[in-house]
Parts: sequence; structure tokens; C-alpha cells
Amino acid sequence: MSDPSTVREELRRRIADFLAAHDPATTERSAFLRARYDAGLAWVFFPEGHGGLGLPRALQPEVDRLFESAGAPDNNREVNGIGLGMAAPTILAFGTEEQKRRFLRPLWTGEEVWCQLFSEPGAGSDLAAVATRAVRQGETWVVNGQKVWTSVAHNARFAILVARTNPDVPKHAGLTYFLCDMTDPGVDVRPLRQITGEAEFNEVFLTDVRIPDTHRLGAEGEGWKVATATLNNERVAIGDAAAPREGGMVGVVARTWREHPERRTAELHDRLLRLWVDAEVARLTGQRLRQKLALGQPGPAGSTMKLTFARLNQQLSGLELELLGEDGLRYSDWTMVRPERVDFTGRDAGYRYLRAKGNSIEGGTSEILRTIVAERVLGLPAEPRVDKDIPWKELQK
Amino acid sequence: MSEVNLLSTDVEDDLRSAVRDLLTDRCDPTAVTAVYDGDRSVVGGLWGALATELGLAGLLVSEERGGAGASAREAAVVLEELGRAVAPVPFLTSAVIATTVLLGSDSELLRALASGERTAALAVPLSTAPGSALPLVRADADGRLTGTVTSVAGALEAHVLLVPASTGDGVSVYAVPATEAALTPVVSLDMTRQLTDVRFDGATGQPVLADAEPAVQRALAAGAALLASEQVGVAQWCLDTTITYLKERRQFGRIVGGFQALKHRLADLFTDVEQASVAARYAAATLAAGDPDAEIAAAVAQAYCSDVAVRAAEEALQLHGGIGMTWEHPVHLYLKRAKADQIALGTAGGHRARLAGLVDLPPPGSAPANRQGDRS
Ligand SMILES: Cc1cc2nc3c(=O)[nH]c(=O)nc-3n(C[C@H](O)[C@H](O)[C@H](O)COP(=O)(O)OP(=O)(O)OC[C@H]3O[C@@H](n4cnc5c(N)ncnc54)[C@H](O)[C@@H]3O)c2cc1C
Repeated sequence: MSDPSTVREELRRRIADFLAAHDPATTERSAFLRARYDAGLAWVFFPEGHGGLGLPRALQPEVDRLFESAGAPDNNREVNGIGLGMAAPTILAFGTEEQKRRFLRPLWTGEEVWCQLFSEPGAGSDLAAVATRAVRQGETWVVNGQKVWTSVAHNARFAILVARTNPDVPKHAGLTYFLCDMTDPGVDVRPLRQITGEAEFNEVFLTDVRIPDTHRLGAEGEGWKVATATLNNERVAIGDAAAPREGGMVGVVARTWREHPERRTAELHDRLLRLWVDAEVARLTGQRLRQKLALGQPGPAGSTMKLTFARLNQQLSGLELELLGEDGLRYSDWTMVRPERVDFTGRDAGYRYLRAKGNSIEGGTSEILRTIVAERVLGLPAEPRVDKDIPWKELQK
Repeated sequence: MSEVNLLSTDVEDDLRSAVRDLLTDRCDPTAVTAVYDGDRSVVGGLWGALATELGLAGLLVSEERGGAGASAREAAVVLEELGRAVAPVPFLTSAVIATTVLLGSDSELLRALASGERTAALAVPLSTAPGSALPLVRADADGRLTGTVTSVAGALEAHVLLVPASTGDGVSVYAVPATEAALTPVVSLDMTRQLTDVRFDGATGQPVLADAEPAVQRALAAGAALLASEQVGVAQWCLDTTITYLKERRQFGRIVGGFQALKHRLADLFTDVEQASVAARYAAATLAAGDPDAEIAAAVAQAYCSDVAVRAAEEALQLHGGIGMTWEHPVHLYLKRAKADQIALGTAGGHRARLAGLVDLPPPGSAPANRQGDRS
């Protein structure tokens, strides 16, 4: 399978055969998704046996398109973004065979939704400062602590978790990465209301949560390395949804512009076109990044995409409210609900404006991403670090 | 251009601390946040105290007509403080805009507004820019009004609506008891200034002003000029609160405000907020003095301050990190107010376009200005 066009043809044939054997119209949803996974047609760039065929990542969009146009059920993508975008690549990279077999399939089919138990009240940008403790007792870890800003924890079956296993060494060295069962009786998920009115994220209190050692991902003390891989994937996942021209927020605002000739002014027009150009260039940059990505794991360069994505979402949604004028003064609903899914471009213009504010905070703030780009991509000298070599337990909290 | 006093006087400082003290006591952020969930219990008592205890309702009304005989300068000070507290009170809508409409009429209603006994709202959408066409309700010969006005600010708190209506020969303003209109509260982006859709189905109104277009435009212009001060108050709170937070918050073993990237951000924001406060003060001072530069000053203040307030609120949210995205932290109240204020009484872009005409910087494609006078 070396000639790219042969590979593509072979893949199309496999999909056609699969669809012939599993009619989307008559096959039950989860049976269809499981069969698709087992046929290696879930994420074709994953290895064989884990939902893929070991093919280039660049082929995935076409696979998804072919399934979609055949009316195949989707795998709960919007609900399980953290699972698909962050947990899965991390499990693939660091998991044991047994872990990959146990977790990847129900993750991909959407039967098990995942959340991310990283941030804490005292550890946001400085993730390596997490204070949640995991103490080993034989073959189990006992976990105590508090996590915060945990998106979709109320829907999640599992979580990726970073906890401190050794307080006697410097902070980056004492962390371990776990896969946490959210149904453990020690897990208490409490809604945390957001500026949109909704409670999309949560506080999660962990009290004597028991995690079997078989759910440790990576070696003890290697949590920072594993978490960094997750974050690199997260930044790509947030900033780099493959989109057509006028996809995402720019498309929404362009539609508003076209629908409201009476609201147009020269000033708004100029601003819209500038942002349109920025969005188009960002789209092309994303395309190139994906081509690079097809050749390996995401690196810190993905941070630039997320920076641009956040800025554009915020400026475009802010512009839309001004464009709407009187209608921009109205909001749909402030009622507190716990949403099933998060849709940055959904609901009304006011919601989009407010929700977009989170885009430059979640998954690493824009300030932190700029530092990452400056230090890790451009090679500029690092900020002085006062806490790097001191045992965690001696740090000022 | 005469040089106006851009500093505050002792009287203004006293007024500021009186308003601030009262707001500290009675305008708790938790109670303000509750208005988003429909609990408006903070509004009545707070407005009563401001309007009557401090006598702010009649600030712009002469002493002969029952007011305090103060000026736009004092109103600006009040608005700065109200902005700083995102106070959900109808000072701008009743004591500034509706009151200004009536200043040139002999209506007794003005006295009731000045005393705080009654509260009024001008029935136009909050987004109406000074100088733009008014949405008109129709009035028949018996003074019965028919029509709908959407997104009216201050109507929920008002006893009386001041309704610009076309009579067949011109525009008159009618005073209509709020109970005579069908009011539909609107779920608003800024619930601390909640909007209402107002429908008149043959409501009877008292004509209070004939040939009222200039008076209404004057009121909107005063509203816009003074809104800048509210925006400054919003921005000031955002800046102050962020500085305080970044002096405490630690990450990476350091006080976060010690990172130079953030110091520069705050220094830039401080510069903008300072400048905004001067622009707003100049607008208020020229308005108070009837200075010929007042119109330019108002356009400059709106064009500048409304974007600064939004930026300050956006920066405050961002620099608080995750906590800034929560309902619990009051920064969202300021973001919503700042964004709504940016649209209220004309956007910054709209005010720049108006300014273009005032300072002879016509847009491309327009005919050369026909200037007589200074340069001929
Ligand atoms: C909508 C939303 C969803 C989220 N979902 C999740 C989730 O599912 N799971 C999870 O674990 N976390 C989640 N988060 C948390 C998010 O990752 C953190 O909020 C973020 O990393 C910032 O941490 P913090 O809130 O503690 O802010 P802080 O780290 O306290 O930062 C405060 C401000 O200081 C700035 N700052 C900090 N350090 C520096 C520096 N060295 N140089 C310059 N500026 C600096 C920051 O950029 C920020 O502006 C979510 C957050 C949001 C808003």
C-alpha cells in the first residue's frame, strides 16, 4: 500500500464493502459504530486492532465524509470532544495494550464520554502545581483533592487525571497520570455556573477515590510528560477543526451580514472583511498544520492555531453584536442548565460572544501559549523559574 | 475653544463619595447578579435611596422646579459611580434622558421626576443614536396612541412613558402612564438595564411637548454624552479589580502580576482608562457649560469610551482566568453592561461617522464640504 492513489482507492473500497454489509438505515446505532471500529474505519490513522488501519491522518476527513453522506450514525463527537481529541491520542501514545483495548473502543463509539481532571483552584496555568494527592496502597491508588473548571464532568464516565504522587521532589517530577472512573463513590461533581447562564463546567471533589494501578497511564512520576502530550493535542483539537471557507464563527457573522442589509455600515464592512481575511488565512494555516501533523505528533506549533482561533472567535462574535444593534441587546435565556454539548457557534449572538471569552482561557490561556511559542518554538530564553528545583512540599502555596 | 476645567471640584468629590458609600451599602454584587434570574428586589430600594435620599433624581432640574440645580458635571460623577457598581437603577433613563426631554416644557411632571416621586422613560429603543430617525407611534386627535416601540430601557421602572408620536403635523411627546401600555420585558444581554417592548393599543396620553423633535434629540445627545461617564466607571472597576487580583494570585511560585507581559497589559489599559475619563469629563463639562464644542466632545467621548469599557471588561475577564468565566465572579456583569453600552445610543462606529461630519473629515465619495466661514 505505498502508492497514495492505490491506498485511497483501497480505502474507498473497504468503506463501500463495509456499508454494503452494514446498512446504516437498518443497523442499530452502537452495533454500527462498534463494527466500524472493528473494521479499522473509525480513525484510520490509528493502528490496526484499535479502530484504525495505520494510514496517514490526512485520509481521515474523506473517511468521515463518506460515512456521513451514507447516513451513518455519528459517534457523539460534540459531546465527547475531550475523549476524542485529548484522552484517545494520549492513551494511544502511553497506554498498555490492555488499556488501549479496554478504553479506546467505547471512547470512540461515544458510549463512554471523557472529561479532563487537570485544573485546580491553585493550579491553572501552573498545572505542574496540582495538589491532588494519590497515595499508593498495594495495587490501588487512593486519591484526594479538588479539581475545578471540569467541562462535561456531569456526563462523563471516565476522566484523565493528573495527581501528585511524590511531594518530596520538584513539582514536575512528582506527578502521575491516571484514568479515573467517574462512577467511583468518592467522586462528587458539582455544577459551576458560567457567564452564559449555563453550567458547562463543574467542581469535582475527590475523596478517597480508588484507582487501580492498571489505570495508571505512563510510569509513576511521568505525569508531566504525559500531560504535556495531552495539552498539545488539546490545543490542536480546540484550534484546528478542519473547516471549509467561512466555516465556524466567520460563517455565522457573514450570514448575519448578508441577512441584514439595513444594518450595514462602511466601518463594520471594513472590520468584517479584515476578520474574514484573517479567518481565511487561519484556515489555510490549519490545513498546512494538519499536513505536518499527518507526519507525526502535534508539537508546540499547534499553540499558534489556538491563539488565532480564540482571537478570531472573540472579535467576530463581538462584531456580530454591534452589527445586530438593537437585536444585539437581547439574549436568549439566562436559565441555569447543564448542557449536553458545547457549541461555540450555537445559540444566539450574545451567547456566542460570551462563550468565546473562554476560548482564550480553556486549554491553556493565550498568555501561556504565547510564552510557549516564544520559548519552545522561537527558542527565546525562558522566564526565570523560582520553583523548578525546590521540592513541591516546600513551595509557597 | 475655551479651556474647561477637567479636574473635579470639592463639591463633585463630596457627591462622589456620598454615592459610592450608598452603593457600597446597598448595591451588593450578589443582589445585582440576582436580577439575571428575575429577582429584581434590589432595584426599588436602591433607586429610592439614590433618587430621594441623595436627591439625584432632580440633579439636572433647576431649584425653582424642585430640583437640585446641578449640571451635567455632577450627573457625570453619579454615572461614573453607578457604572462602577453596575447599579441596576434608571438614573440615565429617567433623571438624564427623560428629564432632559421635559426641561423645555412647562409640564408638572418634571417636578414629580425631580423629587423622585415618579420615574419616567423615553419610549425609543436603547440603541437609538442621537441624530437618527425616531420610531414613531401614531397619535389621533384625542391623544390616543397606537404602535409598538421595542427594546426600551428604563420602562420597567417607569411610572410614566414619554412617547414621541406623530400627530399628523409634527412630532409631539405624550406622557402615558405605564399601566396604559402593554409592557413585555425582554431577556436582555444586560439585565442590569433590562429592556422592555412597549405596545400602545389606543392608550391615552397627555401631550407634554409639541414640535418635540429637537427636545428629544437634545435628550438623546445628553444621554450619549453622559453615558461615556458610566462607561468610564465600568472600565475603572474592571481595571482596579484586575490589579488587585493580580497582586494576590500566585502561579509558578510568583505573583502573577509580576510577569512583565501582564504589567504591560495593565499599563496600557490604565492609559486608556485615564484617557477615557478625560474624554468623558470634557463631554460633561462642555455639555454643562453649553459650550459650542459640546457636540464634538460627545461624539469623541462615545467613540472612545464605549470601546475602552468593552476592552477593560474583556481584559478583566481574561486576566482572571477561569474564575472570570464564572457566574459567581461579578466581572461578567461588567462585560455585559459594557457590551450593551457599546450599542446603546449609537455604536462607536456610528459616533465616529457623526464626528466625521462635525470636524470636516468627510468619507470617501462624498461631495466636497461647502464651507463658508473660517477658511474662506
Ligand atoms: C470554559 C472553560 C473550560 C475549561 N475546561 C477545563 C477542563 O475540562 N478541565 C480542566 O482541567 N481545566 C479546564 N479549564 C481550566 C483552564 O485550563 C484554566 O482556567 C486555565 O489554564 C487558566 O488557569 P487559571 O484559571 O487558574 O488562571 P491563572 O493561571 O490564575 O491565570 C490568571 C491570568 O494570569 C495569566 N498568567 C498566568 N501565568 C502567567 C505567566 N507566566 N505569564 C503571563 N500571564 C500569566 C493567565 O493567562 C490569566 O490571564 C477550563 C476553563 C474554561 C474557561
